[in-house]
Amino acid sequence: MAETMTLIGGRSSRQGTSLCAGKLGAEYIEVSSTLEMNAEDMARLGLKDSDSVRLRSADGEIVVRCKGKPAKDLPAGLLFIAYGPLSSALMGSDTAGSGMPMSKNIEVEVEAVVG
Amino acid sequence: MSEQTLTIRDATCTFCGCVCDDMHLTVDVNAHKITKAENACVLGRAWFKEHGIEERPFALINGREASTDEAIEAAAQILAQARFPIIYGLSDTTCEAQRQAVAIADMIGGNIDTTTSVCHGPSGMAFQAVGESTATLGEIRNRADLLVFWGGNPAESHPRLFTRYAVTAKGMYVPNGKKDRTVVLVDVRRTQSAAVADIFIQVKPRRDFEVLWALRALVKGHSVDPSIEAVTGVSLATLEDLANRMKSCRFGALMFGMGLTMTRGRHFNSGALLALASDLNAYTHFVAKPVRGHGNVTGADNVVSWQTGFPFGVNLGRGYPRFNPGEFTTVDVLGRREADAAMVIAADPGANFPQAAIDHLRSIPVIVLDPKPTHTSQLAKVAITTATYGISVGGTVYRMDDVPLTLRPALPSPYPSDEQVLTRIKQRVSELLGGNRVPELAPDSLAA
Repeated sequence: MAETMTLIGGRSSRQGTSLCAGKLGAEYIEVSSTLEMNAEDMARLGLKDSDSVRLRSADGEIVVRCKGKPAKDLPAGLLFIAYGPLSSALMGSDTAGSGMPMSKNIEVEVEAVVG
Repeated sequence: MSEQTLTIRDATCTFCGCVCDDMHLTVDVNAHKITKAENACVLGRAWFKEHGIEERPFALINGREASTDEAIEAAAQILAQARFPIIYGLSDTTCEAQRQAVAIADMIGGNIDTTTSVCHGPSGMAFQAVGESTATLGEIRNRADLLVFWGGNPAESHPRLFTRYAVTAKGMYVPNGKKDRTVVLVDVRRTQSAAVADIFIQVKPRRDFEVLWALRALVKGHSVDPSIEAVTGVSLATLEDLANRMKSCRFGALMFGMGLTMTRGRHFNSGALLALASDLNAYTHFVAKPVRGHGNVTGADNVVSWQTGFPFGVNLGRGYPRFNPGEFTTVDVLGRREADAAMVIAADPGANFPQAAIDHLRSIPVIVLDPKPTHTSQLAKVAITTATYGISVGGTVYRMDDVPLTLRPALPSPYPSDEQVLTRIKQRVSELLGGNRVPELAPDSLAA
């Protein structure tokens, strides 16, 4: 069953170092397709590390691998993913007259990918 | 390692907006590699060490290998024939190349925008509305006894911001470094940056504006209802404590990231923070600085401002510059399917933009200048390989605090620089158009 959560896109050290090797390289693709998730949220959804999870926003849908983080680092209901083509696929193009699409705190539906 | 090595002292790293200019590079000349980057952070080490002169084609036209000359001709033809061409990117190239890009936009009556529009563009709007109490990183290093990092994670995105310019750095009036400073981190999650913070304040997502406005009230001596905690996740006591620390420090600095600009509120969030810094100057010295991401995104703001009067999102279609975020910013121009050609320099909108904008990029002729293959170069009609700035190309870049720095390249490259390619495109477009394109007058202008 899907739950609504808040997705933050952002930078990470590994994203930065793998960027230097090339955005089309295996490490960058792996880093930018790994979702950090509150470990208790994962347990409730029946997810464990490296399981596939589907994120659906008003503008797009992606499937990524999840990785648990303790509640002290990532509160319940909050998700983190390194910027990349996948996180961008969830953004809308409405910038509310600012030029900036909403890239952080995107509301997404989260569900385990079965099979 | 082969025998022939070269040492470049005080080279400049252009990976991030810190633009650290104290890199000591060891170059293996025969292997054409930088083998050591002394003083570099983890990102800088990867930036220098991962760089090698790849055996990429000089250019691709419709996916087929071509010479740089052929690609320049194809690019010039596209730009000269387009009715609404856009030029975008520019944050990872030199100021000298940026100048040429603005000149081309002026010549073709096009749109020019930089990655600032999807970075601190909202802060740029707030600067115009509120103003900026500013400082160089050197002043912050030497004077700041209170540092408030808001909506950013420098430990991972700008590691040496902590060690070279703030936090642990020892300065003239903070001789004991970290011991003489109080460090506050405000964010929606506990990032690695929390490790250096004396105080971590966790805000509910999308509630930064409310926290900043409450702080403004407290600084001015107004009362704030304790229900602020239910709204923001931050207790009134915590806010009162921070407000008191801000008012009583000797030199405070608010350093803010895209946690403010990329979320609900955008330029209002940046404006609230800038207004808070201004308010605090009634009590002490307080400054605010956006922490900038790309190595020369600040240079892009400066160069586009010198040339057009505006920092980003500028349209030259009427023969004079017009600035209007939301209208002339690239995500909007592409999302509305207005542009009929694009030239992208040192950026990757094909990976970083919303899908509607990428879909439109796929439907128009795109020219790309980039040292590496990217998602955008893969969809481009003309992709030109250029040399990497800072490693193979000299020139000028601006640090995030608007301080210009000179690059000291370490490795020669077989590829031309962005500046060289853009200069030649400009010359060829000028030949094709016979000078600057004369804007078509609207019917009502003719009547007048």
